[in-house]
Amino acid sequence: MADGAQTGASRREAILLAAGGGGLVLGFSLAGKGEAAQAAPARLNTYVTVKPDGWVEVVSKNPEVGQGVKTSMPMIIAEEMDADWNKVRTLQAVSDPALFGRQFAGGSLSIPLHWDELRRVGATARALLVAAAAKSWGVEASACTTEPGRVVHKASGRSADYGSLASAAAALPAPDPQTLKLKAPADYRIVGRFTPQVDTPAIVTGKPLFGIDVVLPGMLFATFEKAPVFGAGVEAADLDAARAMKGVRKAFVVEGSGGLEALAPGVAVVADSWWRALKGREKLNTRWKAAEASQMSSRRFEEMATASARLPADKVVRHDGDVDAALKSAAKTIEAEYAYPYISHANLEPQNCTARFQNGKMEIWAPTQNPEPGRQLVAKTLGLKPEDITVHIIRAGGGFGRRLSNEYMVEAAWIAREAGAPVKLIWTREDDMRHGFYRPAGWHRFKGGLDAQGRIVAWEDHFITPGSRDGQPGRSAGMAATEFPARFTPNFRYNLSVLPISVPTGPLRAPGSNAISFAVQGFIDELAHAAGADPVDFRLKLLGDFGLVGTPGRDGYDAARMRGVLKKVAEVSGWGRTKMAPRQGQGVAFHFSHMGYFAQVVQVRVADDGQIKVEKVWVAGDVGRQIVNPSGAIQQVQGSVLDGLSGALTQEITLENGAVVQGNFDSYRLMRINEAPPVEVHFVLSDNPPTGLGEPALPPAPPALCNAIFAATGKRVRRLPVDPALLAAG
Amino acid sequence: MAYTLSVNGRTRRVDVEPDTPLLWVLRDTLGILGPKFGCGIAQCGACTVHIDGAPVRACALPIEAVGKGRVTTIEAIGDSEVGARVQKAWSELDVAQCGYCQPGQIMSATALLAANPRPNADEIDAAMAGNICRCATYNRIRAAVRRASGQPEEA
Repeated sequence: MADGAQTGASRREAILLAAGGGGLVLGFSLAGKGEAAQAAPARLNTYVTVKPDGWVEVVSKNPEVGQGVKTSMPMIIAEEMDADWNKVRTLQAVSDPALFGRQFAGGSLSIPLHWDELRRVGATARALLVAAAAKSWGVEASACTTEPGRVVHKASGRSADYGSLASAAAALPAPDPQTLKLKAPADYRIVGRFTPQVDTPAIVTGKPLFGIDVVLPGMLFATFEKAPVFGAGVEAADLDAARAMKGVRKAFVVEGSGGLEALAPGVAVVADSWWRALKGREKLNTRWKAAEASQMSSRRFEEMATASARLPADKVVRHDGDVDAALKSAAKTIEAEYAYPYISHANLEPQNCTARFQNGKMEIWAPTQNPEPGRQLVAKTLGLKPEDITVHIIRAGGGFGRRLSNEYMVEAAWIAREAGAPVKLIWTREDDMRHGFYRPAGWHRFKGGLDAQGRIVAWEDHFITPGSRDGQPGRSAGMAATEFPARFTPNFRYNLSVLPISVPTGPLRAPGSNAISFAVQGFIDELAHAAGADPVDFRLKLLGDFGLVGTPGRDGYDAARMRGVLKKVAEVSGWGRTKMAPRQGQGVAFHFSHMGYFAQVVQVRVADDGQIKVEKVWVAGDVGRQIVNPSGAIQQVQGSVLDGLSGALTQEITLENGAVVQGNFDSYRLMRINEAPPVEVHFVLSDNPPTGLGEPALPPAPPALCNAIFAATGKRVRRLPVDPALLAAG
Repeated sequence: MAYTLSVNGRTRRVDVEPDTPLLWVLRDTLGILGPKFGCGIAQCGACTVHIDGAPVRACALPIEAVGKGRVTTIEAIGDSEVGARVQKAWSELDVAQCGYCQPGQIMSATALLAANPRPNADEIDAAMAGNICRCATYNRIRAAVRRASGQPEEA
């Protein structure tokens, strides 16, 4: 897949620049130099380069944010190529859509979108190496096999390592990837094995790997102050006072353009160290223009939601059967209102970005989940041509959806150009907490009806969500018309009301699902108890004997797969068979999102004062027939579950006078190790294509927790975060 | 102000304001990038370094308070037998997800095991509770501390 030699070389160099092997080596390519004199490394395709010494370099196209794709995606290539994993080096690609297509970390999509393609990339490389060996030995390619890192001709006892075949292989025409036979899973040597992350050695020794670690010659450090009230402009700032501080080189107002997801208004201070930039910022005494958003407060949102719940909904999104008639004739009806707050992504590495503007070209080092839209945003905002902008994708200290937005990127680019020097912009924790794209708050008013046999015959959800004045739910604040239990209850109505609230929102790990599941699976639990049924049995009955409902890849929901994980988690958790102490209990929940089927049982013990101890979580998940890297897979599930519990137990962003109240981890609490239960993970393999694990294990955790609290205390949690004061005994 | 520091066994001279946190002296002045910035108020532990073997949050420690203390960062922790053991356990169990907090976690774990070679489950949790892992790798952190202390990974 030969690019012209020149293009290939320059792109290759760009890739190496971004990767930097044992750390960030910026400004020149180590690998290129020494080898030029010797045999050239042979590039077999966009992703695979074989070095003369047998080392294989595999490019990882997507951003690494802790979800493990810099390991798992190259594993897939290396597997089909039959590379020796101990001689594989992974390189992070730069942002180059022409070469790699869309490069992003989102939607748990890296594996499902690339499983086939990357296997064929590896198989192509293998076929070229086999063809080169066969040609040199004068035998049929079909008579050759491969062992890790070598081609073998058993009949003659000959073998050759990939390094010695590489340049001959690179000169051969590439086969049509679609004609290649892929390995049988039984023959896998890499995929399916516990494989530590490729960056683990660098992580445990503290090597500079992250965006915040980028260092350029002559680099300055920047801080950027934005209004506490979202989007407010700068009225005035004491720029000279900031400039008078030691080490401060520049202080200037940025007017901003394009709204919060672009370049927001603010004041930049640039200094020779980040601490000195902060000291300069302290002197700014910035006055902000009045902004409409200053009317916003969490108390007001609650009043609006309460009022809305008493009124007819703005619109009916879905109505199956006749809910009103079914409620009227039901043997039993119950109603409940659920609410959840805004929460922050709180990536541990605060937003940051490094940029250098030189000779009309912008070069950016960004810990982003979504590099190409960032490049386009920089081009548009700064009036540059996209082709004059290079974005190096740098490992990010957590993604969770926050880094799908790129406003830190355009801020760094703007400030670097204004400063006339390379600049590393770092947000403070408070900047990060108060300028997010939050998981939207939401409210659900449910009505449910049961028949005499205890089956759900009516379900109504009045979903109240923040959004625009013209009735559109905000970003990540919508709910699909097919959200469970739609299609599984005969009389079903989903009413929607949109509150005009302009708090910036965005995708946070399992967007939508991470909150909706709490409400839906909580109310299902209420119905189960109202029916006097076991919560697992009740859910199995609700799933019924349905198979695949809807269209795969769009709104498909495979009830059989969900029953599979639900039965599995009941089995491994000892559901219904474990004697519970007083104020100890188990709760169950399931949720389908991001193509993954997950069910969980949470066990809690609630002290008399209401303090909650989560004792254990059992998880069963179905993400298809193959777990690519069991190490990373278990990690993603455990992390998602604890993330969900952490959000439900302690996290809440509130607003007063249009500004976020919380600023740091003292007022916005994340789960700590002493609060983290063991999470036991079971994968149920099913004959379906492999899908991703960054998100789908999160949504069942909050409702399973709250359902366990009910089992332990008889008190139903309908509002997050959980308030222990409401759970005290007596 | 000029300060003379002992960092990872070397004497370093820096000229910074007295209130500059040790973290930013390490990162911006000395180019020692292993200790990470997470919060700036000693809440998350990503910046954890050792001073004379004890874990401290470098983000909230002004340089003027460091004095003659010997500063050790993640870059040099592997020179100690305990530190190397902790790093090995962290690698073998593939503890990291995003990895950003892990230098701080390893520094806290090493300080724990140097003082208490076979901590029980509660002692591990107590010693590690100052280090937030946003990816929540806590199950593996516990297992790695136990492995590094020669105990079975499941408590």
